[in-house]
Amino acid sequence: MATEQEVHHIAELADVGINTEELSTFTHQFNAILDYFDVLDRVKGDTAGTRDLCNVMREDIPEPSLPREAVLQNAAATEDGFIKAPRVM
Amino acid sequence: MEAHTLTFEPDDRYNAFLTTCTKAPHGEGPLCGVTVAVKDNISTQGIETTCASKILKGYIPPYNAHVVWLLRQSGAAIVGKTNMDEFGMGTTTENSAFGPTLNPRDTGRVPGGSSGGSAAAIAGGMVRMALGTDTGGSIRCPAAFCGIVGMKPTYGRVSRYGLIAYANSLEQIGPMAQNVSDVSTLMGVIAGYDRRDSTLQDRPYTHTPSADIKGLRIGIPKEYFGAGVDPAVAGAVTKAIGRLEELGATTLPCSIPSMEYALAAYYVTCTCEASSNLARFDGVRYGPAADTKKSWHDAFREVRRAGFGTEVRRRIMLGTFALSSGYYGKYYAKAQIARENVKKDFARIFSDVDVLAGPTMPTIAFKLGEKSDPLAMYLTDILTVPVNLAGIPAISVPCGKVEGMPVGLQIMGRPWEDERVIDVAYAYEQAVS
Repeated sequence: MATEQEVHHIAELADVGINTEELSTFTHQFNAILDYFDVLDRVKGDTAGTRDLCNVMREDIPEPSLPREAVLQNAAATEDGFIKAPRVM
Repeated sequence: MEAHTLTFEPDDRYNAFLTTCTKAPHGEGPLCGVTVAVKDNISTQGIETTCASKILKGYIPPYNAHVVWLLRQSGAAIVGKTNMDEFGMGTTTENSAFGPTLNPRDTGRVPGGSSGGSAAAIAGGMVRMALGTDTGGSIRCPAAFCGIVGMKPTYGRVSRYGLIAYANSLEQIGPMAQNVSDVSTLMGVIAGYDRRDSTLQDRPYTHTPSADIKGLRIGIPKEYFGAGVDPAVAGAVTKAIGRLEELGATTLPCSIPSMEYALAAYYVTCTCEASSNLARFDGVRYGPAADTKKSWHDAFREVRRAGFGTEVRRRIMLGTFALSSGYYGKYYAKAQIARENVKKDFARIFSDVDVLAGPTMPTIAFKLGEKSDPLAMYLTDILTVPVNLAGIPAISVPCGKVEGMPVGLQIMGRPWEDERVIDVAYAYEQAVS
């Protein structure tokens, strides 16, 4: 069971925001879904099947990338050819 | 190269399109002048691509998805971008930020999802072909609900470069059309090697459908006809399988025991992948502006809260929870074991049979607004998700009606046997048309 506090914490971690009206509905639906996921407790078998998988490698060959204007065209805020982001500190 | 222009002014009464290209340029080639619609999570250079989300409103991709480049090379006229459940998260196309798509067979019902706009554009006679994407049934479900043909190719057969990712390990771009021949033709255009998708194998598709299925062994998984499947739908599909027997196929009963937890494994996997993939939508490089004067988290939270719909936020949160410290072993790790068990079940069955057959969806198309509880909605995906977990090819072809609404016959095949899956669907279609 996830509590409203936990669901609020998850919303904070995921940066999706949640308000008090939503919190009780989300928590209720969350728990119904998590209850359903409990069927996985019955799964038998060894650790996930990555044994038969292999990496596919290729040479790293430099080639032209998108022009700067194309990369910036969708950004909401730019300055001196760079993308502006919210402050970190 | 694109010397011609096709005028496209459809009467879009079903809200199938998010964007239409009224003057669609096209060149010469095997699809010269053929109208093709593209699902709105596939990047089209110079044409707005939103994934039916407010968070990408106004986004104009600076490059083409590989499949879009291939379409243009083939002479196809890309006439628009189709409506969908936001980021592919849904089974009805009701989760679009720009309003639901209506089912052309009955406008009081959903077209299925998430590629509902593509299916409705075809069923409504607006385009000849369309691209969809299928993460857990998103091509096959709307194909079944709208009475058209749609295929999810083998994982690794069609490049995902330029597909805006939701759950990378599950999703494939695939062809949709009115009939199997057109699906096969479109598959021939979009399959093939692209080094920008590292999960791709060099397996071009050059097949012409054949209706000869004499000696074909068809497995009938009992789980596809069990609890939760509308008996009328099961009946229509059983009758269709009877037609395949008349054409010389034999049937064998079989069982996929891992279906018990396939749906949970699917939803854990896709929400985990979504929580990571959708972290990139923060209003910095694209989408509505983040307030750069606010702190990082405050600014992102504001943009994502306003930009994402409820279902998208729910899935991001579920994935974040399932991957969080202390829960990883209980959810994600178990889901991967379950996924391996689904693969093993299919491999075991495919040593005795050539294809599997069953319904695509457990019911006919729901009424608009009929399903509002998220878990109840998830449960309707039970017959389509095993294919995505195993990475195998599957097609949905119309097989009769229940209450006047189309029913889909689902044919599932061995990995890389997309051709055989097409042939079985073609044989059925030719026999009943």
